Amino acid sequence: MSCALLLLLMSLALAMGTGAAVEIQRPRGVPLSKRQFYEENKPFTCLDGSSTIPFDRINDDYCDCRDGSDEPGTAACPNGSFHCTNAGFRPAFIPSSRINDGICDCCDTTDEYNSGATCQNTCREMGRKERESLQIMAEITKEGFMLKQQLIHEAKRGQEDKQGKLTELQGSKKGLEEKVEALRTVKETAEDPEKEAKERHLKSWEEQKELIRMEKDKTRMAEAFLELDDDADGYVSVAELQSHLELDPDSDGSLTETETQGLLGGADKVDTSTFETVWSGIKDKYLSEGLSDPPAPVETPQEEETRDFVSDPDSDHYPEDYAGEEEDVEDDEEDDHEEEEEEKVPPTVQTPEKRADDEVSMPPYDTETQSLIDAAQKARDDFDEAERALREVDDQMKNLEKEIGFDFGPSAEFAYLYSQCYELSTSEYIYRLCPFNRVSQKPKFGGSETNLGLWGQWAGPEDSLYSVMKYDHGQGCWQGPNRSTTVKLTCGKETVVTSTSEPSRCEYLMEFTTPAVCQEPASLDEVLQGHTEL
Amino acid sequence: MMGPLLVLWLAVCLSGTWAVDRGNFKTCDQSAFCKRQRALKPGQSPYRALLETLELTNTKLTLQLINDNNKVRLLLELYRLQGNMTRVKINELKPLKPRFEVPDVLINDPPTEPLSLLSQDENGVVLSLGADSQRLIVSAKPFRLDIMEGREVLLSLNSRGLLAFEHLRIRKDTKVDPEGTENKEENEAANEPAEGEEKAKEDEKVEDGMWEETFKSHTDSKPNGPSSISLDFSLPGVENVYGIPEHADSLKLKTTDGGDPYRLFNLDVFQYEVFNPMALYGAIPVMLSHSAQRTMGIFWLNAAETWVDISSNTAGKTVFGQMLDYVQGSSETPQTDVRWISESGIIDVFIMLGPTPTDVFSQYASLTGTQAFPPLSALAYHQCRWNYNDQEDVAAVDQGFDDHDIPYDFIWLDIEHTDGKRYFTWDPHKFPQPKDMLQGLLDKRRKMVTIVDPHIKVDSSYKIHNEIRSKGFYVKSKDGGDYEGWCWPGNSGYPDFTNPEMRAWWASMFAYDQYEGSMENMYTWNDMNEPSVFNGPEVTMHKDALHGNWENRDLHNLYGFYVQRATAEGLIERSGGVERPFVLARAFFAGSQRYGAVWTGDNAAEWDHLKISIPMCLSLGLVGVSFCGADVGGFFKSPSTELLVRWYQTGAYQPFFRAHAHLDTPRREPWLFGPENTALIREAVRQRYALLPYWYQLFYHAHHSGQPVMRPLWVEYPQDTATFSMDDQFLLGRDLLVHPVTEEGARGLTAYLPGKGEVWFDVHTFQKHNGAQNLYIPVTISSIPVFQRGGSIIPRKARVRRSSSCMEHDPYTLFVALSPKRFAQGELYIDDGHTFNFDKHKQFIHRRLFFANNALSSRNLAPGSQFTTFSWIEKIVILGASKPSKATLKTPDGKESLLEFDFDASMSVLTLRKPGVNAGVDWTVVLQ
Repeated sequence: MSCALLLLLMSLALAMGTGAAVEIQRPRGVPLSKRQFYEENKPFTCLDGSSTIPFDRINDDYCDCRDGSDEPGTAACPNGSFHCTNAGFRPAFIPSSRINDGICDCCDTTDEYNSGATCQNTCREMGRKERESLQIMAEITKEGFMLKQQLIHEAKRGQEDKQGKLTELQGSKKGLEEKVEALRTVKETAEDPEKEAKERHLKSWEEQKELIRMEKDKTRMAEAFLELDDDADGYVSVAELQSHLELDPDSDGSLTETETQGLLGGADKVDTSTFETVWSGIKDKYLSEGLSDPPAPVETPQEEETRDFVSDPDSDHYPEDYAGEEEDVEDDEEDDHEEEEEEKVPPTVQTPEKRADDEVSMPPYDTETQSLIDAAQKARDDFDEAERALREVDDQMKNLEKEIGFDFGPSAEFAYLYSQCYELSTSEYIYRLCPFNRVSQKPKFGGSETNLGLWGQWAGPEDSLYSVMKYDHGQGCWQGPNRSTTVKLTCGKETVVTSTSEPSRCEYLMEFTTPAVCQEPASLDEVLQGHTEL
Repeated sequence: MMGPLLVLWLAVCLSGTWAVDRGNFKTCDQSAFCKRQRALKPGQSPYRALLETLELTNTKLTLQLINDNNKVRLLLELYRLQGNMTRVKINELKPLKPRFEVPDVLINDPPTEPLSLLSQDENGVVLSLGADSQRLIVSAKPFRLDIMEGREVLLSLNSRGLLAFEHLRIRKDTKVDPEGTENKEENEAANEPAEGEEKAKEDEKVEDGMWEETFKSHTDSKPNGPSSISLDFSLPGVENVYGIPEHADSLKLKTTDGGDPYRLFNLDVFQYEVFNPMALYGAIPVMLSHSAQRTMGIFWLNAAETWVDISSNTAGKTVFGQMLDYVQGSSETPQTDVRWISESGIIDVFIMLGPTPTDVFSQYASLTGTQAFPPLSALAYHQCRWNYNDQEDVAAVDQGFDDHDIPYDFIWLDIEHTDGKRYFTWDPHKFPQPKDMLQGLLDKRRKMVTIVDPHIKVDSSYKIHNEIRSKGFYVKSKDGGDYEGWCWPGNSGYPDFTNPEMRAWWASMFAYDQYEGSMENMYTWNDMNEPSVFNGPEVTMHKDALHGNWENRDLHNLYGFYVQRATAEGLIERSGGVERPFVLARAFFAGSQRYGAVWTGDNAAEWDHLKISIPMCLSLGLVGVSFCGADVGGFFKSPSTELLVRWYQTGAYQPFFRAHAHLDTPRREPWLFGPENTALIREAVRQRYALLPYWYQLFYHAHHSGQPVMRPLWVEYPQDTATFSMDDQFLLGRDLLVHPVTEEGARGLTAYLPGKGEVWFDVHTFQKHNGAQNLYIPVTISSIPVFQRGGSIIPRKARVRRSSSCMEHDPYTLFVALSPKRFAQGELYIDDGHTFNFDKHKQFIHRRLFFANNALSSRNLAPGSQFTTFSWIEKIVILGASKPSKATLKTPDGKESLLEFDFDASMSVLTLRKPGVNAGVDWTVVLQ
């Protein structure tokens, strides 16, 4: 009753507004707005001006105008269009190819005037339905829009909170930075004397070691001299030395007299004091007649590396362990297995052979040095602690900045979706939308979750950018693209995923209602009027 | 649809490559009989005609042949068939058991003409082949046949001595003494060597692959042993041979020396490659030969695996028998030699002697029938995809066409629409209300095709399976149980379509009360009917599977033919014989044209695949199958926008016009590529719809007389050697020449306009061009170069609507393209567009339109017919006209009226405004 009244009133209002009656004479298919171009019984000029034809050639089922304007009510022109008034509903233009094609396109049936199709006038019914749904929509919009205001308010407050927190963090960051700098100075100040004391200690130890080494060398030399001086005449002669093939300078397997002489500095024999110079030339090669093994080199350069390796076995020995999470269980097992095997391999140089030279270890630091070291260590610990605290603050700030920096819509009305997830259960899958994060799909009856896309960007058309979200770079498809999801947002009182589909392989479509996209409602009257013209 | 996606081995072999996996398919060398046969050397024929056995009756000549190596005798039957054809049949005289002879392909027992004996001596006989001074010469030793006209040899059989007939034999146990007397006696008894002849030389050494053959993991048990046959044909004076589809190769067949022969064996080839002789989905063992003098055809009626070797030389290789009392002409005569090899069956070959291309088409049509006359709507545009997901998706796509004002007639549902790949059912969630969906389409005068494949899910809760099993209708394995293989539904059975009872039952399943949810606007697609068996040898059925008494080996290439036939018969029956069916099939054989359309299978979105669609459909057209098309856009992969647009433009001028796409490709409905591309596609589709009256008329002719719809240029210009290998352009009927743009980034192309002294008119600009020239045409992305022959009249319907049914009553525009002699003629064919009434009740209009002496007239071509139409003549456009002072329309009631007209002097185009006369009556327009 009220609807009918409303309609009546509107009809009147519109009729009065345009100052024309519905029954006004004009050629079939011409909208009121173009009526003046079709003056009865006067030559008609095509709307594009291309030619002028007698009035009786309008709608005579032959196309005379290139723009199709002479046949608004027939299908004669390929590019024509037909206007249906659709009283009670919305007027519409249809391509003139739909005139008399046996299919009812206009709800007022005017497009099928000569095709034998029996069309029912459904305009009033459609108008009523549309108004009903518009009304419902309007209510939803109204409520949704109120909710949206709240969301905006909350987002604003949340934003302020975050901003405040950020400022706060910025403050404490500053303090922390200063602290770090101060502690760095303390640390560096403590490390200098430490370094000096340590170097001092080391140097004196090196000197001491050198003395010991020289002493030992002398002893060895004396022993060697005695050993070589077979005839105990106090001289080592060419003949006595010649039996030591290991000293052969050209390693050809024979130590000639000349070669031996060369070793002895050109002399035939040397005494103890001259042997000193000879000794320095042969000691590295010389094999004691009593020992079967050659003496180990004094210093093995490999040893340093070995120590590093042993002291830090995790650093880069098994880089494959860090290759990534994609490695499946089997691989991991294999790795474990390898590791075990490696461990079974006997350590080659892990425990260097004890040698007289190195047997003596460095003596402990003296108390003074030790206290310098302790002091420096404490300074280092304090510094590290402060640095860690600074990093934490940095991280917090970064997260906050990221959240603040997110495009949550013109008024941050979408902020409430951040770090939330919404699910929709279908017969086969549970779909999960975590706005600004990711979309996923999990089979209901077992099976692992599939990533349908990570947050990409707002992807609506220019005039409503925030009506569509795009998630991409999801899990790859066999022979196909990476999965991606388009989320269409519509106004609703509730925040809920209403449907999902896969229109194209691995390209998902999700419908999502949220108050955050509700537009400020026009008054109901405006809405209805906007859609109901005569 | 595509080949086996789900099978593991394919998944493995696919990773990282798009090309066909050749390793899955046999080469000649891997096919034991082909290898054996190809190893034979020419010039050593052991066959001799036993002239004393010659018998000549009213209808045929019979003659025994003997293989002098093993004394096995063959029986030769020679027939002179009406319409200038000769049939040569060779079988074993007394085979151990019957050998397979292909049934159901010939539409009748071809009527014969009498042969007469002209002369005979100990070297051979000469027979007269009726009129035209044609003679058939039978030479005795070695046996050969020569068909002559006057002093010219048209064709010779066994001239290279490659006739080879592996007789059926009893397996000799290899463990026993090879001279095993028992077996030998049996052999001799079976073969009955003629008395007095020297003892047969045992030339039957057992070779590998004679009694068992293994390919990859599959073993082919061969209980019947070797049974292959082979025969060679020499074609003097011939340099061009065509046909033997289906191959993704050039129109003009290549020589096969040094490579594999062309193979005919229906296979589901996953991601096939272009330009090679590998077998594909269908097989039509018909080859055409052509020279400027004559066109002929060879129809090798054999449904087993077949290989065709082609070689060509210009040396005077042909050595004529002693009977030939003349000296062969120039030894430089070009010659093509062809050799056919089949795994089993008999030699049954039809030699179609032409002499014109049209004659050969008629001759072949008289043997295997003509193209089914499709419902008019089937010639319109088809929208397909694997898959339209659900009813909502179908509704949305349907609406998308209306929203973008693009016409379409059919939307297709691929395998996913079924309930678990159980054909004849619907997925209950995605398609809960199929009739609502179909009604929605019907309301827009549109139609649907659903897929029904011939593999049946083995599932005891599936009615179709249970019935086939209980009726014993499945193909049997060699052990006698139901043959089972892997296909879309998983484990599947394969109904034995060679069994007429099975076919009748299958047909009955299409009744509206059997196929639930079906309606009269729903038609059928038979995919995978090679048949495709994912885990079978070469992705098809085991050759030792049994169809009744026959092995799949014997009739493999016929399976798909029968599937389409049974389905088409089902669609006819469901309407009580009233409505014409529409069935698309992927596999086919000779005669398949009688049952519907075929397409070129699972192509790819590549420019080469667009190009190859032309020779592939031309080749099919030459051998009877006019209703051919390729998946527009390409099935595998995703086309670039340019390729998609070009493919629509090309497809719009090919007979079967359907877009299709693989499940894994992004959506590609025409409006998804921006407004410019939507407009380009819309325009291409609209050109198709405007031309539907001409397409329909061409199909009427294909149905009526077997003339191909899409034709190579040489068919209409048989003496123009420049046209003989052209396959980047083609004719539709006689009157339209199409050279679609198939090059990426094309700025121009060169079209060849044939016909000295003829003219051609660009159908878009009406620009006139002379014939017999290579014409450079600059092109843009909107160009579809099409020319109308001067001298022709083509009817169009300019009012393109959203489906062809909506255009039924629309008026015609006639495009009259004048020849230099100011003459033109054409036709107009009209009927109800969908029933058999045109045939049964002569309800059609068929008119001749002709322009001569400045008058254009419409006259009835079929006085016995009766049909009324609402359609009228809206406009007449005369190309190459001069300006008249007046135009008068005369109707049979004696009335005369003046027509207004418009004359475009720059293009010489005269447009007559609104004659308004009904399209079904006599009328004349006189220009003064």
